[in-house]
Amino acid sequence: MSILVIADHNHETILPATLNAVAAAGEISGDISVLVAGSGCGAAAKAAAEIAGVSTVLVADSSEYTNGLAENIAPLISSVASSYSHILAPATTYGKNIMPRVAALIDTVQISDIVKVVDAATFQRPIYAGNALATVSSDEAVKIITVRSTAFEPAAASGGSANIETVSATGEAGLSSFEKSELSKSERPELTSASIVVSGGRGMQDGANFVMLEKVADKLGAAVGASRAAVDAGFVPNDYQVGQTGKVVAPDLYMAVGISGAIQHLAGMKDSKVIVAINKDDEAPIFQVADYGLVADLFDAVPELDKELG
Amino acid sequence: MKILVPVKRVIDYNVKVRVKPDQSGVELANVKMAMNPFDEIAVEQALRIKEAGQADEIVLVSVGPTQSQETIRTGLAMGADRGIHIEADQETEPLSVAKCLKAVVEKEQPGLVLCGKQAIDDDSNQTGQMLSALLGWAQATFASGVELAEGTAAIIREVDGGLEHIAVKMPAVITVDLRLNEPRYASLPNIMKAKKKPIDQMSAADLGVNTTPRLKTVKVEEPAARQAGIKVGSVSELVDKLKNEAKVI
Repeated sequence: MSILVIADHNHETILPATLNAVAAAGEISGDISVLVAGSGCGAAAKAAAEIAGVSTVLVADSSEYTNGLAENIAPLISSVASSYSHILAPATTYGKNIMPRVAALIDTVQISDIVKVVDAATFQRPIYAGNALATVSSDEAVKIITVRSTAFEPAAASGGSANIETVSATGEAGLSSFEKSELSKSERPELTSASIVVSGGRGMQDGANFVMLEKVADKLGAAVGASRAAVDAGFVPNDYQVGQTGKVVAPDLYMAVGISGAIQHLAGMKDSKVIVAINKDDEAPIFQVADYGLVADLFDAVPELDKELG
Repeated sequence: MKILVPVKRVIDYNVKVRVKPDQSGVELANVKMAMNPFDEIAVEQALRIKEAGQADEIVLVSVGPTQSQETIRTGLAMGADRGIHIEADQETEPLSVAKCLKAVVEKEQPGLVLCGKQAIDDDSNQTGQMLSALLGWAQATFASGVELAEGTAAIIREVDGGLEHIAVKMPAVITVDLRLNEPRYASLPNIMKAKKKPIDQMSAADLGVNTTPRLKTVKVEEPAARQAGIKVGSVSELVDKLKNEAKVI
């Protein structure tokens, strides 16, 4: 058995979710390769070669891979697919976009968002917003899988010394083009890998009120998240959303402020180690999953919390 | 231009699902079903494109049991023109659904396929990308903005770091995200009108597609339940518990 992990990267560095996918691969087999498809991505390839447990890094360095367009990258992955028993990618928007296209190109069914490796052919994955866990087995010759990063401890980013090999580029598909990206800039930790997350919901009432949460987050070294309601209302950008169809987080501490706790939100945070809920409605469903609940008006509680934290 | 919108019948998003005692799946009997919410957004977008004069017909297609026709009727009541129901009694996998859709696309020749980014039952997030691959078309996933022009579409995508703007060549498969639009409610007159709109019926076998699942479901179980903890009386008590009991700050 040999496994190929598709790296999510920014050409310079490997994004953290890739390390979780490598860890999941390590639970299947010891023979792990990583594919870095990009342009001017030598630094990312070098970083991939240092990941513990990786034996080979495949690099496809060509202009058509600059912006991660699925129509260009999927043919590259399918061109090398037959050499592997499993192809894994992190279930980031990058992996979710590309992998089903690869699966269809090689006429293979995909297993999305695995949270557990039972054995080399059997995997567990959440369905119905995590309200049920399905264990599925596959006899596909090449198993196409995406990995939920919060379910696997990341592989060590250093300590490895993989060989770097070049693979032939597959060309420009000519179907789509990248125009620009508007990425949220933040000095705070990345939401999906932060050890503390402070999230706000509809109860925040206004985007400007998120400043209160940001102050608390900065004292705790935390990332800031939000419920769908807060994003839909335009309080914060889409990349803050935690939930079934947003980001899945599992920090040591998750503070839900002014969030009622719809099942779609719980799906994105209920695996957090400690959950705190601050809500003025003592019937809010969020209290059913919270380790520590505080029934209070957040406009009193959050400034007080800020003060208590010094 | 014709727009094809695949729609899926799923358990209503407000229903708390129950796992069957024999662990073979989740309970679907006597449970409220509805159109997958992301597919509703796709139907709404198709309607807006038609209302803007950029499309002349909206065709809905659903792969599933007989009751999927109710889901198609929901979309027809929103304003779509006609439906195609592809009968499949057992649970279908995204790849076989994509193959059915490909056969429909070849027959109907739409200029655009608009679909939900994922279904809220199996949460696979695969079908649109697979269909696009099988057709050799462009794909634009997780769209929160769609602007059509001659032969191309400008798309805003919701990605992990924020937003991404891309252009895709038409015909294309676009999968829609939550914030693209807010779907309309069907009016009573439109619900009545929808009853007369045609729904073609066929089977997956008629389209030459084998829908026998390729993955084996070993079991479906409930996740470990999380116990409610305690209520604290004040912010200072909360901070004390987090520092000294949970030791997370």
